Amino acid sequence: MADSICRTLRDGGLEGEHAPALTIKDRISSPLGLDVFNHVLAQLSSFILAGKSQSRGLVLVALTRSPSFYLELLKSGGVQLNSAQKWIHILDCYSDPLGWKDNPSRHEKANTATDENPGTVALFRDVKDANKLFCSVSELGKELLGPIKGRFSVAIDSVSEMLRHASLTSVASFISKLRSHDQVSSIFWLLHSDLHEAKIAAVFDYISSMIASLEPMIHPSNGERLSSENRSLRNENLSRGNFSVRFKRRNGRVRQMCEEISVEQSGIKFTPVSSDGQAIGGGPLPKVQFNLELSEKEQMDRASVVLPFEHQGNGKPIQIYDGRRSLADTRTNTVHVPTEASEAADPRKGEIIYLRDSDDERPDSDEDPDDDLDI
Amino acid sequence: MDLHRPWNLLDQALGLDEHGGSQPLRGKVVLIEDCVKTSGGFVLHHLVKRSLSPDSPPLSNALVFIAFSQPFSHYDRVLRKLGCNLAAQKENKRLVFFDMLMFQCPGENGEKVVETGLASLYRKVQDAVNSLVAEERNCITIVVDDISLMEVAANGCSDEVLSFLHYCHTLTSELGCTLIALNHGDVYFSHDGSTTLLRMEYLANILVRAEPLATGSAVDVHGQLTISWKGIPERQGISRSQVHNFHFRVKENSAEYFYPGTCS
Repeated sequence: MADSICRTLRDGGLEGEHAPALTIKDRISSPLGLDVFNHVLAQLSSFILAGKSQSRGLVLVALTRSPSFYLELLKSGGVQLNSAQKWIHILDCYSDPLGWKDNPSRHEKANTATDENPGTVALFRDVKDANKLFCSVSELGKELLGPIKGRFSVAIDSVSEMLRHASLTSVASFISKLRSHDQVSSIFWLLHSDLHEAKIAAVFDYISSMIASLEPMIHPSNGERLSSENRSLRNENLSRGNFSVRFKRRNGRVRQMCEEISVEQSGIKFTPVSSDGQAIGGGPLPKVQFNLELSEKEQMDRASVVLPFEHQGNGKPIQIYDGRRSLADTRTNTVHVPTEASEAADPRKGEIIYLRDSDDERPDSDEDPDDDLDI
Repeated sequence: MDLHRPWNLLDQALGLDEHGGSQPLRGKVVLIEDCVKTSGGFVLHHLVKRSLSPDSPPLSNALVFIAFSQPFSHYDRVLRKLGCNLAAQKENKRLVFFDMLMFQCPGENGEKVVETGLASLYRKVQDAVNSLVAEERNCITIVVDDISLMEVAANGCSDEVLSFLHYCHTLTSELGCTLIALNHGDVYFSHDGSTTLLRMEYLANILVRAEPLATGSAVDVHGQLTISWKGIPERQGISRSQVHNFHFRVKENSAEYFYPGTCS
């Protein structure tokens, strides 16, 4: 499922449609959002490098981690950075988001840092201005593509950080402008949902076509904070979580899927939800101590029991009134049955003949057979 | 019994026992969260001592202390009892102490001037760090002793405080500094949607939480510490637990750390 997210981002958007957009949502009780973001970033980068994707390049807006962190990450993930300037540009909103560092010596440093990968990192020093940010992103994208006609992808490492500096409307318009930009192939961003009101998270849910949300495996019982008694649960939640994705199709269909995510030293792993997880979550019956369902063997045993009031097994045809027979048949039956009975049985003895209504009703049903009588 | 192994449970939980010194915390942000009932100050003292301790590699470590809650003389007295002479370290230029007790950002809540106040403080810190780097001290720890008092000094502008911490975070990633900050958890318990504490928790790599005992107060146990690492701790060999929990007792010259029920 995580693969299908990456595939959708790889395939990009159609002409005259919005670019596919992915929100990755996490919360402090399941803080794996950055890991998922890194995973998607690495996948998309390798698609771009292999030339398999619609986009020719990637613009990464780094707000919470340094550009060198991302370059290291890509390098450790086996992505070649020799020709990095041809396909990735990082807009560095991390090093100096508010222009506090007006020391000229710092600029020299920033420049020397970028010398290793010339042209890949651009410093941005006014995060409060979302319009300017949009211009910078689209300029970087155009620079990346050069004269070639093509598209690029955009990654924003935390919308939550943007929302701290700028208003909701300006951030939302920044993203929706990028989505409808005709050179943007796909876009994804990270959001810490517990830092914002539900309505703000909903705004970004609406703008995106895929929503990947991370929920803790085990919810804390006492509200937001876990007490130290269940710290083992917290330990679980720090490396594992439920990963559910909502895909919104063009025609309005919404598909929801769920997976289990675990982050290990070797990397990130997605596994289909385990069967016991389904047993806990699924099934319409409430959990009770006694068994309401019959096993297959129990059902067979039950079917083979001959109830005392059914004259089965003594060679005579089993008569079941199914409510659909014609009136004539019933009449012959009713005539026929008593004659047979009178022949077989001792005339001095009485006999009860039970005619079941239909096979639908179990012979030992508790249901009152006469409840339709209006007495 | 600890003579052969000078590392206690807190050091183990923070990974300080492996390489010695504060090397494992390089580039990390440690957030200490305490409450009125259980002060986390002793954790801060311990980390200050560790980051200046002479047995860490070739004396390349230094400390930048931004004090909002206590003056230098206080820390000097406390650390001396723990076996660390701050005054001498200051003379050796291994400690830069910013006394911010009387610091007040100019201007009212929400005004631009607040930002300039904290921005100038950051520039001072940055200059201090740069000059330490020039002296080839490349293992620098930055300590902020009370975030909530910093917020008071900033006239309640928590956004600016977060920006300040973000800028300190840039020092951790660019120069490999360690950022250690103490904050009070219960100051932020409110329903008005304040997310300052949560934002700080997102920023931190390691969260040290000091809480009273769940079972009520006891004579010989002063509280419990929960240390949680975000992400997999970067260590060689066997992977370690990401969450550690143990009890502590603060004594005059040190603190004792032990697992629940193993108090001697």
